[in-house]
Amino acid sequence: MFVKQLTVFLENKVGSLQEITDILRENNINVFSISLADTSEYGLLRMIVSNPELGREQLCNAGISARLTDVIAVRLENRVGTLAELFNVIAGADIGIEYMYAMATSKTGAMILKTNNQEKTIAALQAARIHILDENTMYHLQ
Amino acid sequence: MTALQSARLVKLVNRVYHNVEYYRKKMQQVGLEPGDIKGIEDITKLPFTTKNDLRDNYPFGLFAVPKTEIVRVHASSGTTGKATVVGYTRRDIEVWQECVARTISMADLGKDDIIQIAYGYGLFTGGLGAHYGAENLGATVVPMSTGNTKKLVTMMVDFGVTGIMCTPSYLLHIAEVIDEMGQMDNIKLKAAICGAEPWTEKMRLQIEEKLHIRAHDIYGLSEVMGPGVACDCKYHKGLHIAEDHFLPEIVDADTLEPVADGVTGELVFSTLTKEGIPLIRYRTKDLTSITHETCECGRTTARLSRFKGRSDDMLIIRGVNVFPSQIEAALLELGETTPHYLMIVDRVNNLDSLEVQVEVEERFFSDEIKELEKLTKKIATAIQHAIGLAVKVKLVAPKTIERSMGKSVHVIDNRKFD
Ligand SMILES: [Zn+2]
Repeated sequence: MFVKQLTVFLENKVGSLQEITDILRENNINVFSISLADTSEYGLLRMIVSNPELGREQLCNAGISARLTDVIAVRLENRVGTLAELFNVIAGADIGIEYMYAMATSKTGAMILKTNNQEKTIAALQAARIHILDENTMYHLQ
Repeated sequence: MTALQSARLVKLVNRVYHNVEYYRKKMQQVGLEPGDIKGIEDITKLPFTTKNDLRDNYPFGLFAVPKTEIVRVHASSGTTGKATVVGYTRRDIEVWQECVARTISMADLGKDDIIQIAYGYGLFTGGLGAHYGAENLGATVVPMSTGNTKKLVTMMVDFGVTGIMCTPSYLLHIAEVIDEMGQMDNIKLKAAICGAEPWTEKMRLQIEEKLHIRAHDIYGLSEVMGPGVACDCKYHKGLHIAEDHFLPEIVDADTLEPVADGVTGELVFSTLTKEGIPLIRYRTKDLTSITHETCECGRTTARLSRFKGRSDDMLIIRGVNVFPSQIEAALLELGETTPHYLMIVDRVNNLDSLEVQVEVEERFFSDEIKELEKLTKKIATAIQHAIGLAVKVKLVAPKTIERSMGKSVHVIDNRKFD
């Protein structure tokens, strides 16, 4: 039930983001969501893309440090309280969140999550009947 | 002097031939008997000794006396992590004290002076070497060591300290602290004896002007003895060598052939009187030239010109010897990064700083910042463990180091020595 996140190590300097997005465009890879975690010296770019394997391969060929990480994508309906429900389930199962970021396409809203216990998170979400997006759905989002 | 040196060299060669297997074998390999060395004119017949020889015979293989005769050991870092160890007999310690005492006299300090020793105490020869020399001269010694500069300044004022021995960069830092504490008019300092790292004539003048003192350059290395091998007098026309104990040669760093006076080459020493670990033609890797002209001060001993660098890649950072290969070995041993690295040495507020950039490869990085921070700390600890200096580690993208620097360059030294 995991989806693949493309994680890229970035030095803090002009042009490093552009280099990455250029490579993704040249390989016809669509970026659904992007999040940047940064320190004073470097950053980690986390992305949900339409073809993570190809993305990783092409970035690595260009000498960029990229790897795939398992993350959880939770579908969020457009109504009051969906986030509260999600975090109630996670906190209720005593799970800690490592990082998260939002994703939105024209039709779908989702939250991307990485927790300190991924398997347990899946089980807790399923028990609470919260909609988890699988890889197939994910990479073909409209 | 030549007659004394020759007599001592003949004795030295006999001593090492009979007491140190390593030297005996090395002389036999080139067909040399102790009797072939009749004076210093025969010195070039003898093979050289290097830091690697000390390392290969770690820890005590080159000692020429039974261990019961050794009263102290010191150690410095080697090229690949293993320390080079030197041992001193009681007589060696006495000679060392005397040599350091001479340098202090050369700086016009004596038994009526109060001298602060602000080198690190410990395995490093700086602290204890300077300490024993000053004590031997009869001066009042204040063993400060390094670290608490404010306390040092407070005592300098309260005690009426007249002399100080430390690295030149630390002295500049001390001068700044004196300024900050508003104590510049209250110090009684007359002279400083600085060494353990390369410095420039400009830096000497800067120190002298700031503190209104004389600053003297002291040279030494632990393998040969420690500080006190040479020092400059108040005319600052080169460093007078304690030639009765240390026979100097300057050789071409590539051909190892002797060069003429005034020509820059690698400094080589034979320790004429040393008992614990006598060295024959030890290659210091320090580049300098020599002169035998009589100095304006009247001393006739040979003098070394200001040091012009190294014939190897050793760096001296905050008085500590650092080889780039030590960083590489630490990274390889850690196994969590590539061994691609770049050292950036700088001098900020007169203190040396070292940044090590390490390339982060796909297989070593994480999707979590805290893991990368953990990795950074781990690398910094491993390097600090290897070289004995705190470093700042910076993770950089792969290939950036090689691409920008070319494969063999591992060091950018932004400090200015000329
Ligand atoms: Zn002189």
